[in-house]
Amino acid sequence: MSLLEIDNLSKRFGGVVAVDECSIAVPAGSITGLIGPNGSGKTTVFNMVTGFIPKDTGTVSFKSKPIDGLGPDRIYQLGIGRTFQLARIFPRLTALENMLVPVRRKGLRALFSRADWSDERVRAMEMLEFLDIAQVANTVGGALSYGQRKLLELGAVLMAEPELVLLDEPAGGVNPALLEKIGEHIRRLNSRGITFLVVEHNMSFVMNLCTEVVVLHRGRAIASGKPDSVRQEPAVLDAYLGA
Amino acid sequence: MLQAGVLKIAGIIVLFAIALALPAIAPDPATTNIAVFTMMYVGLATAWNIMGGYTGYISLGHAGFFGFGSYTLGLLLAHLGVAAGYTPFLLVPVAGLATAVLALGIGWFALRTRAATFVIVTIAFMFMLQLLAENLVGLTGGGGGLGFPVPPWSGDYFNTPYYYAMLALATLALGISWRIRRSKFGLGLLAIRDDEDKALAVGVPTRAFKLTAFVVSAALVGMIGAVYGYYVTYIYPQFVVDPLIGISMVLMVFLGGLGTLSGPVLGALILEPAQLWLAYNYGASRLYLVLYAAVFLAVILVLPRGIVPSLTVLIERRRMRTPPAAPAPQQAVMP
Repeated sequence: MSLLEIDNLSKRFGGVVAVDECSIAVPAGSITGLIGPNGSGKTTVFNMVTGFIPKDTGTVSFKSKPIDGLGPDRIYQLGIGRTFQLARIFPRLTALENMLVPVRRKGLRALFSRADWSDERVRAMEMLEFLDIAQVANTVGGALSYGQRKLLELGAVLMAEPELVLLDEPAGGVNPALLEKIGEHIRRLNSRGITFLVVEHNMSFVMNLCTEVVVLHRGRAIASGKPDSVRQEPAVLDAYLGA
Repeated sequence: MLQAGVLKIAGIIVLFAIALALPAIAPDPATTNIAVFTMMYVGLATAWNIMGGYTGYISLGHAGFFGFGSYTLGLLLAHLGVAAGYTPFLLVPVAGLATAVLALGIGWFALRTRAATFVIVTIAFMFMLQLLAENLVGLTGGGGGLGFPVPPWSGDYFNTPYYYAMLALATLALGISWRIRRSKFGLGLLAIRDDEDKALAVGVPTRAFKLTAFVVSAALVGMIGAVYGYYVTYIYPQFVVDPLIGISMVLMVFLGGLGTLSGPVLGALILEPAQLWLAYNYGASRLYLVLYAAVFLAVILVLPRGIVPSLTVLIERRRMRTPPAAPAPQQAVMP
């Protein structure tokens, strides 16, 4: 069963067709890789799914319910978290505060009560420990290394316990040791039931990590399936090698 | 840690006690007049900081809310036929409520913009209000001004009720600001200040948060404007919807520390008495504008983060440099 269904999604920017009747299904419990050459529309798909840019045509459904037209905050509250191509954190908030911002609370009273309820604080510290960055809990985000920011961004997204996480180039600008660690974290979180949709250029990372792969080319999904079978598809080889 | 907390609370209590006793300590009308305006700017800067400091949305149009609150109370007193005395103070919250409704409408549109565009929209809105106050002659009295009833209090006592009204509003603004700063809502506002799109991506309903902060900030400024109108007893569009009032509160926040709780208070306590001292010593000249320009330059060049954040960093650095007192060195450090 698909957790996320993208059906005939299209987006134009002036004369440029960024996404062209693209259809993708993300199975529940999978780590789905979204790959394609530069400019194939991967990030545009991410931005439309998460409500950052409006679609022209098509539909996006999460758990069989349409989420078109909803703002990014509402989509996040439904259970879809995302990270950005370049790690984005709140630079003047501490790492711990960065973790507390995404926590979902119900009711107006809860909103105006203390920012760091003890149980939320404990959960945030546990997550920082899980990601091996607990030592920087009280350091402001702007003082963290790029790798620490990447991990913090991932941790913060997970604080709201999303069912689906969209990762935009998690391997970008990251050294091989950290990349291995990020891959391991994703696998462990996936084993806890979180579904991932990952945009990535690092092919060995994608092929080792993902259970499903979708290939985009000129805004269209040209192939999908298990990594090994997608790798052999002539259309994919054409798109990547220009043969 | 606990000791620092106790010291902080004790300091706040002492400062508040001094503020409460000030009219008894220094009853001279010239001093209480300075105290009224200083307390007014403590409240204004604190209220402005709830929007400008916490969310990073710089409004230069808050003087519009100040004037609107002032006119609202003036018109209420005139139309309801309320006599001078203490009763007009009871209507100040009504002026705040009316300003909140206005801010809701203005914020709905203005907060669709960001950064420099938002600044310009707020300035435009302020001048629109000033023009309306000048041209709706039948309602506001236009350029001829609007009079408030004058209380029959003696010269020695006259400033005291206004001082306490300003003190109450400044305390209210500080209480709200403190509460917001420590809350989940406040954390959301600070997240908006740092990266609004990222805040949206992690579920902060940025539009609702910004609008709430804008309305709360404007309502407080409107109430302070209402007390100001009653204090000066006659208001004119160009003096009550005055860009300089708006810029003053912004400058005080920048001087003290943007987005901090104590920064706006400190900024107001430094700048407003300095401005009044210049006015008293050098007549009604606008010499204080030169002072403001100098302070603005100094803040940008020397203290871009303001006094409180700069001091905090300095203290932190010193603390980190100071070696821990406990373990003695195990090895001699002689060369």
